[in-house]
Amino acid sequence: MKATINGRAHELPGELTVAALLELLGSPTSGVAVARNDRVVRHSEYSSDVVREGDRLEIIQAVAGG
Amino acid sequence: MSADVLRLGRYDFVSRLIVGTGKYPSLDVMQAAHDASGAEIVTVAIRRINLDDAGGRTLLDYIDRDRYTILPNTAGCYCADDAVLTAQLARELLSTDLIKLEVIGDAQTLYPDTRGTLVAAERLVAEKFTVLPYIGDDPIACRQLEELGCAAVMPLAAPIGSGLGVCNPYSIAIIKQRAKIPVIVDAGVGTASDAAIAMELGVDALLMNTGIARARDPVLMATAMKHATIAGRQAFLAGRMEKRLFADASSPMQDLIGTQAR
Repeated sequence: MKATINGRAHELPGELTVAALLELLGSPTSGVAVARNDRVVRHSEYSSDVVREGDRLEIIQAVAGG
Repeated sequence: MSADVLRLGRYDFVSRLIVGTGKYPSLDVMQAAHDASGAEIVTVAIRRINLDDAGGRTLLDYIDRDRYTILPNTAGCYCADDAVLTAQLARELLSTDLIKLEVIGDAQTLYPDTRGTLVAAERLVAEKFTVLPYIGDDPIACRQLEELGCAAVMPLAAPIGSGLGVCNPYSIAIIKQRAKIPVIVDAGVGTASDAAIAMELGVDALLMNTGIARARDPVLMATAMKHATIAGRQAFLAGRMEKRLFADASSPMQDLIGTQAR
């Protein structure tokens, strides 16, 4: 299954929750926020929100800036 | 005298200096500079995580959230849609409704896209954000942002990172004269005198990053900026003397010792 994560094409094993995706990617679950198809996925939805074929995901963090 | 408070939406602050987290030689220096600045608000940017190198200490480990209010920005966004999504992600990440709205119009000047800023501001206000927009030194754009419900306007003093100081004090003064919401000079302050000049115009606060971070000694410059911001504020409140063309002696002109008639 294909999905675009942070602007890059990824091949995923199949539909999976946002929580499972973060684990698969080796991403921390705290200190990040996620949007799927331009909609924010709340932290409380990580284990219920499902990533599907063709989805676009953004996984962001706070970085230094002015 | 009642406390001189900076009110941004429903938040009150004593310090009138807001500082960034970018461009420091190290995060330890940044932390020390933040401490020296006396700031109560620090800005951060929002970016995609690096999936090849996730983990390790992050910026947020260097910001004591009991001491500082974090102000996320939408820097790097070139359209309203990106800025709104960035703001929404920042709110989820940092549990704050504060957002420094930037919609950039041009990579070389980093001047704001006024139309995009207005569009994004309207949407973010509707979503109950406390919106602090970066904008040109344009009194009309500032008035429009105020009418949309922004909590402050943040006109630039000079291009971001330029350190050129207050290039157009007349526009900044007009903006301040007419605004009913706080005016925060954002971008362009290069050294302490720039900070004092801006504050003497009567603006409510300053936001700076490069002026401190790229000083030879950022911690010492942060101290200087703290004092300059306070000095400029106090000078504004004190009300400066009128300028005159000719001298006006400070010592009495009567009863002078005179050996020769004049």
